Amino acid sequence: MNLILIALITLGVIGAIGAVILYFVAQKFYVYEDPRIEQVEQVLPQANCGGCGYPGCKGFADACVKADSLEGLFCPVGGAVVMGKVASILGKEVVESEPKVAVVRCNGTCAARPKTSSYDGAKSCAIASNTFAGETGCSFGCLGFGDCEVSCSFDAIHINEETGLPVVDEEKCTACGSCVKACPKFIIELRAKGKNNRRVFVSCVNKDKGAAAKKACSNACIGCGKCAKECPFDAITIENNLAYIDYNKCKLCRKCVDVCPTGAIHAINFPPRKPKPAETPSENTVVAGSEKKVSNESTAIKDAQSKVSSEQSAENSSN
Amino acid sequence: MLKTFRLGGVHPAENKLSANKKIEQMELPSQVSIPLGQHIGAPATALVKKGDTVKVGTLIAQATGFVSANIHSSVSGTVAKIDNVPDASGNNRPSIIIDVQGDEWEETIDRSETIEKEIKLDSKQIIDKIKECGIVGLGGATFPTHVKLMPPPAFKAEVIVINGVECEPYLTSDHELMLEKAEQIMIGVQILMKAVNVNKAVIGIENNKKDAIELMSNVAASYEGITVQPLKVKYPQGGEKQLIDAVISRQVASGALPISTGAVVQNVGTAYAVYEAVQKNKPLFERVVTVTGKSVKNPINVLARVGTPMNMLIEKAGGLPEDTGKVISGGPMMGKAMPNTNSVVVKGCSGILVIKDLEARRKEMSDCIRCAKCLSACPMGLNPTYLMRVSELAMYDEAESNHIMDCIECGSCSFTCPSNRTLLDYIRLGKGKVGAIIRARAAANAPKK
Repeated sequence: MNLILIALITLGVIGAIGAVILYFVAQKFYVYEDPRIEQVEQVLPQANCGGCGYPGCKGFADACVKADSLEGLFCPVGGAVVMGKVASILGKEVVESEPKVAVVRCNGTCAARPKTSSYDGAKSCAIASNTFAGETGCSFGCLGFGDCEVSCSFDAIHINEETGLPVVDEEKCTACGSCVKACPKFIIELRAKGKNNRRVFVSCVNKDKGAAAKKACSNACIGCGKCAKECPFDAITIENNLAYIDYNKCKLCRKCVDVCPTGAIHAINFPPRKPKPAETPSENTVVAGSEKKVSNESTAIKDAQSKVSSEQSAENSSN
Repeated sequence: MLKTFRLGGVHPAENKLSANKKIEQMELPSQVSIPLGQHIGAPATALVKKGDTVKVGTLIAQATGFVSANIHSSVSGTVAKIDNVPDASGNNRPSIIIDVQGDEWEETIDRSETIEKEIKLDSKQIIDKIKECGIVGLGGATFPTHVKLMPPPAFKAEVIVINGVECEPYLTSDHELMLEKAEQIMIGVQILMKAVNVNKAVIGIENNKKDAIELMSNVAASYEGITVQPLKVKYPQGGEKQLIDAVISRQVASGALPISTGAVVQNVGTAYAVYEAVQKNKPLFERVVTVTGKSVKNPINVLARVGTPMNMLIEKAGGLPEDTGKVISGGPMMGKAMPNTNSVVVKGCSGILVIKDLEARRKEMSDCIRCAKCLSACPMGLNPTYLMRVSELAMYDEAESNHIMDCIECGSCSFTCPSNRTLLDYIRLGKGKVGAIIRARAAANAPKK
């Protein structure tokens, strides 16, 4: 009995002393944290994707509270809605930022870009691109081992088995940019979502001269410059045999799509146009599944193109 | 007990099919394409333009910066164009393309068969000559030789170590060179000794080349300071750090330069090229290439000009067999499979290896069973399975603190793994990333001008 009493009293006293010490230590080393950081953190999506450029949502919340204005701070996952909430908590102005989406700039499908060799090393684009130029004649294009798919935290990008190319799910894509960083060939780009989700872009990154690019891939940009001449808004520049459309200048008129001889310029989410009666009725093709629309109106390479289109239609019907 | 290096190592089947095949002269192609980047360091800058006529040995591209090398024409003819040509990995690289007309050599090159024994130049002149002639390490790494002969002032060279190991299976080009040009190699070694002011040189040769050991020892007897050291057969003995350990029993510390042990390592092929450059005034524009493989009709060693298409060499060895799965530039351990056979012979190309379809395929990878075979095989004392894991998970600081940069990419770990894990693939990836991080850090810490 005595023994139990002694034990209880000793432990009790130790506990009491400990409590007193801890109380004073906690007072002495108290760190003030702005309560708004936690409030802001709670409205953030908690994806911790790092797409904003800060280490996780907590880091971003901290940056938002400390910053004088919200300029340059944007949560790509939550978008304008979440940023509005953040602004109302902090009593700061919302800075408008255009919503973006990941775009795959390669349309070298299995049909358009025949294999010249096969690779049996580790299934990773990063390793493959360290080792060699790629399984096809194009040393710029998609390798197809899906590093982008692995990197995506939102299940928004997947390799299409038939084309061998990644397809972005626009509903799920938050433009966090992790696939852009993961791609060793720098094919994926974040572009403005555009009016009604409509976008026009050059779906190719091949910088080879026209003939070499064309030989490697029938869908390649050959740097002919027709699109740049056609564009009424000076949105297209040709550099290193490759066209690039500036999405800030592009007014989505689609004149470039019509003149492109290889179908390298893609227009996405436009309603299907009525086929022009006189010229080339069969050449407007809707690619299966992805709502991509490719128009080809060149007569010079009609043969090759019609072959590709027929293959694409075959894909269509099989879907 | 024969000497060898201490840590790890493996012994793959030797398969030296082309051993004791005399070096044949390769016919001239109708067109050569000479890449501007055939060495480690900055690619050379082209000096010729379309339409220029060149002779064999004409300087056509000049070294850009300190770690770089001159490039000379390997044929006589007219420059057709300077264009991007896919290299052995399929990536486009700038190359000088020359249409071959005749075989006219620069007059300054001594083409006689006589062996020049007397070394007339002094140390500095020798190094300048080597630099001028564009000599690079012919063991495969293609590091410019003149850079290696000018160690940083903090280090002093004590001994020249000559690599006659040829530890890669299948390859026999160095072996054959030692048998046919022993005298010239010895003079080359003497020139190297004079260049770095040392009076001792050791030639390491693996014990599977007994004829070469005997011949080289006999020839070396009449050259002061040169000895031949027979070595136990073990891969990767030809690695610079492994060879220093095997021959003079000194170890290179992690992150240190091999010269910190006082050893300057050169390949026998390089020694021969140095002899030709200094004594015969002949730039480096041709090399011995082994063309081999179990399915190849007639495995050969050929002396081919730089820029000769590889399929010509394969044709000479009996043509590409039907059942070919891979064609590898280099040996089976460190060589690289090529996406096509149109690429050309370069200074660093020691062999062309044809592998049958079934043998070429990688076996399916399964999980690590923690057997630690890769740890025992690693000649650098690393933990390959852990390095693969951290590279896969992008934990690059962990990879760095586990000395990923010490990896010599010999492939012993992947070779020995019973689960066929892609160890080296991931380690190489991690090494690249860690290297970039280290360079970025060095750049950030560098004093701002």
